[in-house]
Amino acid sequence: MSTFLDISGVDMVFPTPKGSFTALKDVNLKINQGEFVSLIGHSGCGKSTVLNIVAGLYQASSGGVILKNTEVKAPGPERAVVFQNHSLLPWLSAYQNVELAVKQVFAGKMNKTEMKQWIEHNLQLVHMDHAMHKRPGEISGGMKQRVGIARALAMQPEVLLMDEPFGALDALTRAHMQDSLMEIQSQLNNTVIMITHDVDEAVLLSDKIVMMTNGPEATVGEILSVELERPRNRLALAQDTEYNRLRSEVLKFLYEKQRKVEPLPQTKQVNKMQDMSQQKINKVVTINNG
Amino acid sequence: MNSLTSITHNRLMERDKVAAVMVKMAELSKVILLPFIGIAIFLSIWTVTANSIDTSLGKFPGPVAVVTQFENLYQEHVNEREKAQAFFERQETRNAARLAKDPSYEAKIRGYTGKETFWDQIVTSLVTVMSGFILAAVIAIPLGIWMGLSRSLQAAINPIIQIFKPVSPLAWLPLVTMVVSAVYVSPDPIVSKSFINSMLTVTLCSVWPMIINTAIGVSSIDSDLINVSKVLRLSAITHVQKIVLPASIPMIFTGMRLSLGVAWMVLIAAEMLAQNPGLGKFVWDEFQNGSSDSLARIMAAVVVIGFIGFLLDRGILALQRWVSWDQ
Repeated sequence: MSTFLDISGVDMVFPTPKGSFTALKDVNLKINQGEFVSLIGHSGCGKSTVLNIVAGLYQASSGGVILKNTEVKAPGPERAVVFQNHSLLPWLSAYQNVELAVKQVFAGKMNKTEMKQWIEHNLQLVHMDHAMHKRPGEISGGMKQRVGIARALAMQPEVLLMDEPFGALDALTRAHMQDSLMEIQSQLNNTVIMITHDVDEAVLLSDKIVMMTNGPEATVGEILSVELERPRNRLALAQDTEYNRLRSEVLKFLYEKQRKVEPLPQTKQVNKMQDMSQQKINKVVTINNG
Repeated sequence: MNSLTSITHNRLMERDKVAAVMVKMAELSKVILLPFIGIAIFLSIWTVTANSIDTSLGKFPGPVAVVTQFENLYQEHVNEREKAQAFFERQETRNAARLAKDPSYEAKIRGYTGKETFWDQIVTSLVTVMSGFILAAVIAIPLGIWMGLSRSLQAAINPIIQIFKPVSPLAWLPLVTMVVSAVYVSPDPIVSKSFINSMLTVTLCSVWPMIINTAIGVSSIDSDLINVSKVLRLSAITHVQKIVLPASIPMIFTGMRLSLGVAWMVLIAAEMLAQNPGLGKFVWDEFQNGSSDSLARIMAAVVVIGFIGFLLDRGILALQRWVSWDQ
């Protein structure tokens, strides 16, 4: 049996005025049906680029993505995307936002009543049925993201792509959203690729954590299998040795093997000397990584 | 003890009420009193200055003279209407009389050819400016959307827009006049040439801000929304209809407000030169007329022009409130 989703030999080169910039180099990843995969890595490592290539919003410079034996060439609703900033249409209510997607995907396959039920069902799934006639401007950030997820789920995608879906939310809301997502996932068992910065989030939600090396020429560094039993409970897991081992594995990868020294914003006078030493450190880090 | 506290309590309540009334008064004075004071000061400065300016047509008109002329203009309008009424009645009785004598007579109905009143001229101006503005919008909004969607088209057209945008209506008018007389040849024209000339000049001057603002509105749509559209595989038409148009409505309206302001300013100048029977022609005719009342009548027209311009802007704003989702 061939793999459900196969990302193979993907390079991504962006032309810039200063010459070409290789963001991704030889990214390979196989994902099975029903698997929840997290992509984690430092910012700027090309996680989003990988996701956009799977979504079809970017075209890989070489290599490609095969979903159920068909090559991905353009965006489509079978690879629904949940964007970081909800990207709901602000002039439409929550219901109408989902409706736009449902009408587009199920035109001719559902009648009006079925569509209405399906939209309401998906909004119920994310616990937004109480505010479904409100516009994005009238609901909180977490609620907007719920609607965004409902819209993506309503497309009945083969793969659900989530680009830091909870990145813009506060910690408490984020925890709520993670629980909701796990609950939905236990019912639907979708194939999901999620980008995250959050180590706990990755371990809690995923079946597989894909850790990416720093760019340029970023690629898959290590893949970690998370075999914690489901349903998972964040409180119980906090004491769990396996959970903590996985967590420290990811941390080790991010902060030892792929340590990234971000140049801090400094006042000008605080000197070029520091800048120069910073560059040296960067070089050392790159050498270590390389 | 108990009654004492209740008294203090009542006093506090009283104080709150007084405070609330004070706040309301302050708000009211901001809305009504201050503008009123502003207008009063303006009128007195106007009166004093007008008195000290002597022109060949007498003193510069003060507010009182202008108000008198408003009354005169209204009276002239009423008189003219009565004349017209009388004319049609005479014509009817004459025709009836001839028809009684000779049943085969075909009655001729002639229009009234008296001069336009100030009110007629206001209506003419409004019709002209709205025709020119709507024509401009019909051209500008689709073109602006197209430009916003295509960077290449934008790059190609932008220099032309930037060059034509600052051109004065007075420069366009001779060209428009000549082209219209050459092209618009009809033995029985529906509308007069002067109307077409003024309208096209208005269009030529008011089309640019709308194109620019629409294009900016469309090209600055959040890329996430564009991606949503791509993921949903919306067709080009649905994309424009469901995403582009609603997203850029606020900017389109900004452009429309700018354009209508330009259109109204341009119209007065265009009417003066094209002799379209509107407010511009009124001002020009009064200037040529040069009677002792002329300046006051022109000043009355100035007030009306300003007031209508203000109302037009409010009209677009109201339309925006009604149409747009962000207001």
